[in-house]
Amino acid sequence: MTVSEGDRAMANQSAGKPGGAAGLLKELFLRLGVLPFFLVVALIVFALVSTQFLSLQNLTNVARQSVYLVLVSLGQMLVLISGGFDLAVGTTIALTSVVSAMALVALAASMPDLVWVAILLGALAGFGAALLIGSLNGLGVAQFGVSPFIMTLGVQSVGAGIALFLTGGVPVSGLPVEFGNFFGFGRVFGVPVPVLFAIAAIVVVWLLMNRTRFGAHLYAVGGNLKAANLSGVHTKRTLFLAYVACALLASIAGVLMTARVESGETNLGGTIALESIAACVIAGVSLRGGIGRVENVVLGAFFITLLQNGMNMAQIGSYLQMILLGSLLILAVIFDQVRYRMLMGNR
Amino acid sequence: MAPLVEMTGITKEFAGVKALSGVDFRLEPGEGHVLFGENGAGKSTLISILSGVFRPTSGTLKIDGEQVELNSVHEAADRGIGTVFQEFSLVPTLCVFENMYLGREPRKGPFIDRRAMREGARRVIRDLGFGIEVNRRVSDLSRAEQQMVEIAKAFLAKARVLILDEPTASLTEKETRKLFDFIARAKADGVGIIYISHRIQEFAQIADQISVLRDGRLIGTVSARNTSERELVELMTGRSIDQIYPEIARRRDGATVMSVRNVHSWGVRGVSIDVRAGEVLGVAGLVGSGKSRVWRGALGLQPLTVGQVSVRGRDVTGLPTRKILREGVFYLPPDRKNEGLQMTASAHDNIALPLLDRAQVAGPLGLVSPGRIRQLSSRIGQRVDVSPTFMKRAVVNLSGGTQQKVLFGKGFARDEDIYIFDEPTVGVDMGTRAALYRLIKEIAEAGKAVVVISSDLPEVMNLAHRLLVFSQGRISAELEGPSITEENVLKHFFTDARDSA
Repeated sequence: MTVSEGDRAMANQSAGKPGGAAGLLKELFLRLGVLPFFLVVALIVFALVSTQFLSLQNLTNVARQSVYLVLVSLGQMLVLISGGFDLAVGTTIALTSVVSAMALVALAASMPDLVWVAILLGALAGFGAALLIGSLNGLGVAQFGVSPFIMTLGVQSVGAGIALFLTGGVPVSGLPVEFGNFFGFGRVFGVPVPVLFAIAAIVVVWLLMNRTRFGAHLYAVGGNLKAANLSGVHTKRTLFLAYVACALLASIAGVLMTARVESGETNLGGTIALESIAACVIAGVSLRGGIGRVENVVLGAFFITLLQNGMNMAQIGSYLQMILLGSLLILAVIFDQVRYRMLMGNR
Repeated sequence: MAPLVEMTGITKEFAGVKALSGVDFRLEPGEGHVLFGENGAGKSTLISILSGVFRPTSGTLKIDGEQVELNSVHEAADRGIGTVFQEFSLVPTLCVFENMYLGREPRKGPFIDRRAMREGARRVIRDLGFGIEVNRRVSDLSRAEQQMVEIAKAFLAKARVLILDEPTASLTEKETRKLFDFIARAKADGVGIIYISHRIQEFAQIADQISVLRDGRLIGTVSARNTSERELVELMTGRSIDQIYPEIARRRDGATVMSVRNVHSWGVRGVSIDVRAGEVLGVAGLVGSGKSRVWRGALGLQPLTVGQVSVRGRDVTGLPTRKILREGVFYLPPDRKNEGLQMTASAHDNIALPLLDRAQVAGPLGLVSPGRIRQLSSRIGQRVDVSPTFMKRAVVNLSGGTQQKVLFGKGFARDEDIYIFDEPTVGVDMGTRAALYRLIKEIAEAGKAVVVISSDLPEVMNLAHRLLVFSQGRISAELEGPSITEENVLKHFFTDARDSA
């Protein structure tokens, strides 16, 4: 450290106001990250490639498709803000799907007259399984200090193993039609049911992060764990709850996806860990924790789905799509590094 | 004979801001030359230029009377300038000899000649009288031993100028004495020593000349023998001591609000303290004396092996830190970046964190009301004198002084009974210091108990009503009022009368 902090603050002040369009773009970048830039580029490119792309029908379609990723990304965001990440979200979805489907089939058979009760209990069984996954992650990271990478990677394998063990790898079929009809394809006041769930989740998570102590504590824990501890924050509980909340949000997505495919599948959510992390990072959630906004993450998840939709319309093959998505994630992380360095002062 | 180092008119600008302007500096062979000044005064920049890290914007540098340009640390090393920075540049996973030869490994054919390295390293270390086994891994060494390796590394490159940047900051007293012995020997051999330190009490033992820097300018170079500590502080700060430290009224009959009984912890060997309301308790001692660790142990930040801690009569021994703090304690950590602040969050949000528990911030449905939080944190911002524009800015972009004010602001979020300030003014300029001291005065005079732990001797001596001096994990003296003199304090820094080990 050779330049005094005072000097650096001054240097930043002067660098902060270069004025003009470049300065405005820089300000936008510092505030929101790369998302606005990516979004504009994607909209222009796809609008040029396909005339259908910007149609209301297509955009509604994208909104409906993005529900699952939105839910998972919200959970992923909580964990990222705490300074970790969750690679086990895919497993959570798969296990939720299998467990809720199996419970639902068994319950529906034993009480055929009470199909809605069976559906409720089935979904609760799924949430229970997710709770287990989340608790395991939370316990490992918060209590035993296992790195989030190893902990969630390990749990991801454990969960996938359990799901396969329970089903023997065979999809669980024979779900009551009411389940799929309502949670998968149903509409209330013309709005698809999954979209309603997503809206509810967005509102709840927004309130959680902006209007509750837990939210403020989560930002603080991710920003500086030691400082949070010295401010009287129960850091372990906060971390633990972040992983549990993440798993529960993923599991809501899991139930909705199960209803959509009308069977319990072990291969649901296969790529969602990558997609949700990409959605968050692109939306300006810092991989170092402490930074991230709910509304941006929703937009980020929407962007990823939009991208997939656009690539489909441009007839880009799914293999190439994987390459592009992975590259995009890395690119977003590089921009995140640049942004962090700019935020932390020029070096 | 030409001086070893002669720097003339050195100016260095960073992004248009002058870190140094027109500084002259001379070092003779065998001279111990102390650089003295506040943080940000330009000491580090000056030695960075001499050791090849930065190039000066203007000015000339002569070594042995020959004008040179140093473009890298390696070039400086080749010219005989060895620097031991505060942050060591050792690779912890490598052995001592591998570190010493890093970047200049001798070769035998295409292979590294490890035997020559071992022998060369052993010879240098023996000549220096350090007694470190060269096959040990650096991560297994103590901080002092690592410093010795850094010094040995410099001498392996045939250093004739040795720059030491705050070398005693993390050494124990015994290690410090060894270092001073070494410095005396090196000086006798004609090595020039440049020494950066804040510890005035050390200067008598090592310095011949003292150069005082302030705001990037050289205020003057004075002889170490004929300059008093008071004069040095006044040179450094540019104002008289009486203007800086306020007179704090003391409450005589203050109740004991926190008591620490026979506490043992890492580096703490049996300490009992009563903290009283309406009084400023100063805690002084060298690094490693246990002055800070006893509080960290009491607050549960490091394990407590033996002892009892009570706050307002309630036993809190062994509780998690957060619960002890809830009993009415505010702890200001010594390292604001690492432990104190959320650097990427705004000053508002930093102050808001401890506000969350207050009943006033509760909105409908038990949710937190952002409007009320903002109102309260703005009021605190005014109280600690952080302007509204700075309150909105990410803390990382604020100056050290303002950051420290924000950290103080966190203490005003809740109405605590006990305020423990561990190094309250570290890395803070004089103007801000005076402001922080006024805040401490306000707190103490409001009847709170205040503890000030500090390595800055004038600071604790002037603020404290009662001063505890720590040495080797124990309290070596408790001084009050007029008996708080520099002589008294320094005497007890090195007391080891009660030391049986």
